[in-house]
Amino acid sequence: MSQIKHHITDPMLVAYAAGSLEHPFALVVAAHVSLCEECRVQLGAHEAVGGALLDGQAVHAVSVSMKDALLAQLDVVPAAEPDQTCERSGAYPGPVMKALKGKPPRWKSVGGGVRQTLLHVDDDGSVRLLYIPAGKAVPDHGHNGIELTLVLQGAFSDEAGRYGVGDLEVADDTLEHTPIAEQGAPCICLAATDAPLRFNRLIPRLLQPLLRI
Amino acid sequence: MTLKRPTQSAAQVSPQTIWMLAVRDQRDKAAFAALFDYFAPRLKGFVMRSGARSAMAEDIVQDVMLTVWRKAAQFDPARAQVSAWIYQIARNRQIDVIRKESRPMPELLEVEPDAECDASVIVEVEQEAAVLKQALAQLKPGQRDIVERAYLGEFSHQEISAQTGLPLGTIKSRIRLGLERLRHELKELR
Repeated sequence: MSQIKHHITDPMLVAYAAGSLEHPFALVVAAHVSLCEECRVQLGAHEAVGGALLDGQAVHAVSVSMKDALLAQLDVVPAAEPDQTCERSGAYPGPVMKALKGKPPRWKSVGGGVRQTLLHVDDDGSVRLLYIPAGKAVPDHGHNGIELTLVLQGAFSDEAGRYGVGDLEVADDTLEHTPIAEQGAPCICLAATDAPLRFNRLIPRLLQPLLRI
Repeated sequence: MTLKRPTQSAAQVSPQTIWMLAVRDQRDKAAFAALFDYFAPRLKGFVMRSGARSAMAEDIVQDVMLTVWRKAAQFDPARAQVSAWIYQIARNRQIDVIRKESRPMPELLEVEPDAECDASVIVEVEQEAAVLKQALAQLKPGQRDIVERAYLGEFSHQEISAQTGLPLGTIKSRIRLGLERLRHELKELR
């Protein structure tokens, strides 16, 4: 995977390590790190910084009863944990498979041959899988917030450059872009936004509430 | 794990790492108690700094330390310091509690921790942590506060980006060797 050219920014990695990154973005970061050695290494560096801060932290006495209660639990065999991890399956890294609950995506058409599977929506934004047939475009759109797009299969190009498997595009509200899938295999992307997309043509805009994109 | 001896630096492996390895390899409860005595009060301070009240903080500390005991097999001193490993467990736990949803995690690497790890490697990883602590100590108080708050999860990524004076890259560049080793391991995996 050394051909990955577009990576996660440091502030986003810190926010991920610290747990302040919104869930939709955190899923994209976890998926990218699963594919990208460089970012796994960088995440390790940030965790080391977090560890050094923990190590230098002012101490706060803990109660003896808590320690005793904890030590008494050491011999207890924990009940089997609910699925902590899912294995990678085809183009889908482990964290994406977990979001899919271990099942293949259930695609829904959004027009123009493009399909999507919504993985998660909350007040912080949404994250979905997009399936773009070779040569097709995702409807022209801008952003109210930030959109992260991670390529899982195939490749796409837009006004900002070319993105292949493992590459991550960070688009903010200044970028109006039309990602077009390259010839060859269909392009599958993991895309997260912290605000609804703004489509520039009327029809997608009317459909937007129905499609929840 | 057996520490190969005698590398002259073997004596410098920190007590925390020695306790953690005893927990991992011998399920040593006395070593776990020592680890608890060192980390629990720091974890409590850490968790309370990010807003948890005392009782909630104790619950989180208890859960984190229990995870340290149960997931000890995942600890690899050639890749990460004990403190770094515990930091990410603590952040996970706090996210679970506050957000009621778990943080998506990257795939685990299919690397068995080295059964026969040279103590000198562990010492090198630890020495990097010492340099890192020094670098943090040399920050101006205002800067250090911002760095701490960033790693405690108080800022969004946009807020971290907006802190233009934040020496994230400089601090992080102190961590080199452990990461080179990780890179090396990852290359061998392919």
